[in-house]
Amino acid sequence: MQPFTYTMPRTVAEAIAAFRQAGPDASYIAGGTSLYDVMKLDIVRPRHLIDVSAIEGLDAIETGRDQLRFGALARMSAVATDKTLLRDYPVLAESLWKAASQQLRNMATVGGNLLQRTRCLYFRNGTGNPSSVGLYPCNKREPGSGCAAIGGLDRGQAVLGQSDACTAVSPGDWPVALTAMDATVELAGPDGSRAMPIAELYRLPGDTPHLEFMLQPGEIITAIIVPKTPAGRRSTYHKIRDRESYAFALASAAVALDMDGDHVRRAHVALGGVGTRPWRARAAEQLLVGQRLTPESALTAGRAALEGARAGKHNGFKVDLGARTVADALMIAAERSA
Amino acid sequence: MTNYADDEDQAAKVDARQNVSRRSALKGGAALAVLPLTFEGPAEAQPTAPMVAGVAVEPAHSVLLSTSVNGKVVEFRVDARSSLLDFLRERLALTGAKKGCDHGQCGACTVHLDGRRVASCLTLAAKAQGREVITIEGLSDGEGLHPMQQAFIDHDALQCGYCTPGQIMAAVALVNEGNATSKERIREYMSGNICRCGAYVGIVAAIEDAASKMRRA
Repeated sequence: MQPFTYTMPRTVAEAIAAFRQAGPDASYIAGGTSLYDVMKLDIVRPRHLIDVSAIEGLDAIETGRDQLRFGALARMSAVATDKTLLRDYPVLAESLWKAASQQLRNMATVGGNLLQRTRCLYFRNGTGNPSSVGLYPCNKREPGSGCAAIGGLDRGQAVLGQSDACTAVSPGDWPVALTAMDATVELAGPDGSRAMPIAELYRLPGDTPHLEFMLQPGEIITAIIVPKTPAGRRSTYHKIRDRESYAFALASAAVALDMDGDHVRRAHVALGGVGTRPWRARAAEQLLVGQRLTPESALTAGRAALEGARAGKHNGFKVDLGARTVADALMIAAERSA
Repeated sequence: MTNYADDEDQAAKVDARQNVSRRSALKGGAALAVLPLTFEGPAEAQPTAPMVAGVAVEPAHSVLLSTSVNGKVVEFRVDARSSLLDFLRERLALTGAKKGCDHGQCGACTVHLDGRRVASCLTLAAKAQGREVITIEGLSDGEGLHPMQQAFIDHDALQCGYCTPGQIMAAVALVNEGNATSKERIREYMSGNICRCGAYVGIVAAIEDAASKMRRA
């Protein structure tokens, strides 16, 4: 790991000032569960770490007003056990407690979680030698070097949103739930503050898979806003993994339903584990409006959610698994009382 | 039980070699707040880079860490890259927390930071500034074993023992979190701790047993 300076500012303004002074080789760090991990693999090599975790007043969880507001530094474990969320927005709470382990949830923040790096095996296969492109080429790790996952061991790779340059899966659960629930992120940076729909935070890989987030240099996520909706109670985060706990999703679905009897008034559907970014399934949502929800109509919606999926050599199962995960999630959510 | 005396002497020697005004500028809570203004490193010339644990480290790439470990306040200059796990093992000789994967995947390094369980391998040592660390060495308050330690023995909850300190630290936190309510919930909230000997049945039984004793205590 390359040596770096380490600073711990106390305010957002101090953090941004430190970033401006440190220049392009600086990086913010919060919980560190993703960044410190890829630093140990020599994939990311900051020369200046600006630890934002001691900034005061950025960890509040506010559920009492007309919208849900999560300070970026709220711990995953704190938000996962918030009583209002568990009752009124289970999709949000479940996406957090089904992610990581309790140790990591105690460290990681809900803001930092949005910027988690992919678990693509080829991306993570650096050799620890800063002058090397790693054991295998990776366009995300070393732009222009190629992608060994395409045509390689691609069981875990994306079937939606991939390009000829990259098929790495967006790894998060919480971002998928937030995408389904129309969240907004608040940002502060050298050029001031702004808000951005979470759907706009994530880039498709295209020709530039090394660019993952629509953040300007020096910008910090300060809060996450989720509009309140009656669909929150009939919601779930359904996550299918190789083992029952503490694993990344093979396929996952965040759904929330506004029902009129057994008919769907409005549906929120997003997928994880199958796409190169959190994947909103608008076609599935529209298909469900006005429909009676049955296992058959749920599976039809699930198939629509995977429309346009392209499989590689070993990940074809994700197309069917994704559709069935959406269908199961819809039936689970529908059984919850509004 | 713990003896940091030798290391503390070493730390003092390391600090003594450094410029006094630099050291006083870095003292206390201001230490980490001052650094952002000096990315170039200290203004005053350093004849040689100071040694940290036998390795030359530029002052700008180190932090002066003051933290409480098992109830005792320690102050060390550490390489900014150092994990809390390496700090505990290599500087304080507290080798209870184990390095399994070093990437937060196995749980062998679990310690408590301000009462919450964390993976010390993915925690920068610098993050422990002003906070309280408890390791397996500090779990029991006296000569006897903590109820969780005793329960692991009683239920044969280990074979090779390498993961055990992490399992026990995670298990104690799990009980304190209120998650020892069923076998299923214990399994879910222990899933961050891998046991390659496969002692899981004994581990769950030990936690159930210790949980009832901890609640009575």
